[in-house]
Amino acid sequence: MTSDFLLSLAQAVSKGLLTGMVYGLMALGLSVIFGVMRVVNFAHGEMMVVGMYLAWMGFDALQITPMLGLPLVAVLFFGVGYALQRGLIQPFIARPEHQQFLLLLAVGTLLANACLAIAGPDSRTVQLDSQFDSYELGPLVLDAVRVHAAVVALAIAALLFLFFTRTRTGKSIRAAADNHMGALVVGLDVRRLYAVTFGIGAACVGAAGALMTTLIPVTPFLAGEYTLLAFVIVIVGGLGSMTGALLGGLLIGVSEAVAGLLLQPSLKSMFSFGLLIVVLLLRPQGLLGRKESR
Amino acid sequence: MTARAAIGLAALLALLIAAPALLGGYGLSVLILVLYFAYVGQAWNIMMGFAGQLSLGHALYAGLGGYIAAGLYFHYGIGPWLGIFAAVAVAVAAGSIVGYLGFRFSLAGVYFALLTIAFAEFTRIGFDNWEWTGGSGGLFLKVERGVVDLANLRGGPVMFYYVILALAVGALVLCRLLLESRLGRYWLAIREDAEAAQAVGVPVLWCKMLAIMISAALTAVAGVWNAFYYNNLFPETAFAMGRSIEMTLAPIIGGLGTLFGPFVGAVVLTGLGEIFTAAGDRLDIPGIKQIFYGVALLLIVMYRPAGVWPWLAARLGFAERKP
Repeated sequence: MTSDFLLSLAQAVSKGLLTGMVYGLMALGLSVIFGVMRVVNFAHGEMMVVGMYLAWMGFDALQITPMLGLPLVAVLFFGVGYALQRGLIQPFIARPEHQQFLLLLAVGTLLANACLAIAGPDSRTVQLDSQFDSYELGPLVLDAVRVHAAVVALAIAALLFLFFTRTRTGKSIRAAADNHMGALVVGLDVRRLYAVTFGIGAACVGAAGALMTTLIPVTPFLAGEYTLLAFVIVIVGGLGSMTGALLGGLLIGVSEAVAGLLLQPSLKSMFSFGLLIVVLLLRPQGLLGRKESR
Repeated sequence: MTARAAIGLAALLALLIAAPALLGGYGLSVLILVLYFAYVGQAWNIMMGFAGQLSLGHALYAGLGGYIAAGLYFHYGIGPWLGIFAAVAVAVAAGSIVGYLGFRFSLAGVYFALLTIAFAEFTRIGFDNWEWTGGSGGLFLKVERGVVDLANLRGGPVMFYYVILALAVGALVLCRLLLESRLGRYWLAIREDAEAAQAVGVPVLWCKMLAIMISAALTAVAGVWNAFYYNNLFPETAFAMGRSIEMTLAPIIGGLGTLFGPFVGAVVLTGLGEIFTAAGDRLDIPGIKQIFYGVALLLIVMYRPAGVWPWLAARLGFAERKP
C-alpha cells in the first residue's frame, strides 16, 4: 500500500460521501412516501430526471443557476406532487400492490418520455464557472460544486427533520404513518396529510435533481437507473427511515466511488446490488429501519 | 366453460393454426409477438396471479435460459432441444435460490419484488463481464437463409410461429391443470391469506417454491425461443428491468390470475404498441410512442383495474369460472 494509493482512496471516499448526500436526499423522497403511505414510487427516477431538466432549462433559457433554481423546482414539485396524489394516487392507496405498481409505472413512462419529446435524446449540461473551482482539505482536493451540492442536500434534510419533529403538520403525518386508524379516530385529515407527504417526497427528489444537474449531464435515459438506485438506497438504509435513507445514500455513494477506483467501472453497481441482497436477507428492515408490526 | 366459450375457443385455435396462410409477413410478426407475451405472461401469472408473489425480475430466468441454450449451441453445436434442459435446470436453480432466500426470510410484497430485481441486475452485470457469452458485446447466432431445421431451431418466421403457438397453448393447458390441482388450490389459499393457509396446514414455503420453480422453468423456455428467434443476446437487454416489467404487463392488463388474461392482455398491448409505433412514425416526435403507451396504461389501470378479460368475458357471455 503506497501512500499514493491511500490518497486516491481517500479522494474517492470523500467524493463518494459528497455525491452520497445528494443520493440520500433523492432517496429521502422515496422513503418518506413509502413510510407514510406504503406506496412504492416506481416513478422516482423519472421525477428526478424531470427535476434535472427543469434546472437545466432554467439555466439554458433564463440563466438561473441550478442552486437559485432549486427552491423554484422544489415548490413546483411540491404542488405537482400534491395534486398528483390527490387526483391519481389516493384512490389506489388501499388497492393491491401490483395496481399501484402499474399506475406509477405509467406515470413514470409519461414523465421520462415527455422529457425526451421536449428536450430530445442528447445529453444536456449546465456549465458553471464554479465547476472548475475546488477546495483543498489537507492533501484532499474536493470539487467545489460537489461540496455545495452536499451542503445544500444536508440543509434540506435538516429542514425536513425539523418539519417532522417540530411542526404540527409534520407530527400529524408521523402519527398517520404510525397508526392510520388512530389518526382517523382523532380527527386528522389523513387524505390531506398524504397529499402533503407526496408533495414533500416530490420536492425532495426535485431538489436532488436540481443539485445533480451541477454534477452530471442529464439525459432521459437516466430515469430507470435512478429509480433502481433509489430503491437500493432506501432498502439498505431502511424503508421509511429518514436517517436510514441518508446513511444509505452515503454508503452507496462511497461504494460506487471506491468500486470505480478498484474495479472496472462496469462492475461498480454490482457491489451496490450485492449489498442490497445481503441487507434484504439479513436485515430486511434495513440498517436503521424498524421491524414492521402488522 | 359455457358452450359458447368452447365454440369461441375452438374457432380461435383454428384461426391461429391457419394464420400463416392468411397473413403476410408483417401480420405474422405481430402475431408472434402476441403469442410470445401471452406465453411469458402465463408463466409469470403462475407466481403472481396464482400464488400472489410479485416478481419484477423474471428477465433473470428468460435471460439465463436464452444464454445457456445459445451458448451451448454457439460453442459446442449442441442443439436447443437438448440445450433447453440445461437452460431450464439453470433457471430453476436460480429461481430456487431467489425463492428460498426470499420466502425463507419471509420477504413479502414489495421487499420480495426488490429482491427479484436485485438478482436480475446482479446477473446482468455478471454477464456483462463474462467472456464465454460475449460479455457486453453480445452473443450472436449465425443466420442461414432458406434453411428450415427444426432440430436446431433454425428457420423462418413460420416455424417460430408454430413453436410459440404450441408453447402458448401448452402453457394455457398446463395452467388450467395446475389450477384444478391440489397445488393450485393451495396457491390460491396462500394468495388470499398466507397466514390462514399456514394455520390450516398448507405447506406454504414448499408451495411458493414450486410456484417460482415452475414459473422460472416456463420463462426459461421462452428465453430459449427468444434467443433463437432474434439470433442475438445482450446482457443490457436480456436481463433489463424493462424486460421483466414487459412480462408483467400482459397478465396485469388482461386480468391477473385468470387463464385467458395473459392472452387478452398480450393482444391489447401488442395491438396498441403497433398502432402507436405507426402513429409515432408519422408524428416524428421522440418518445411519442411511449407517451401514448403510458396514457393507455394509465387509463386501463384507472378504469379496468381488475383487467380487461373479466369484463370482456362477461360482455361476451363467456363466464370464466373465477379461480
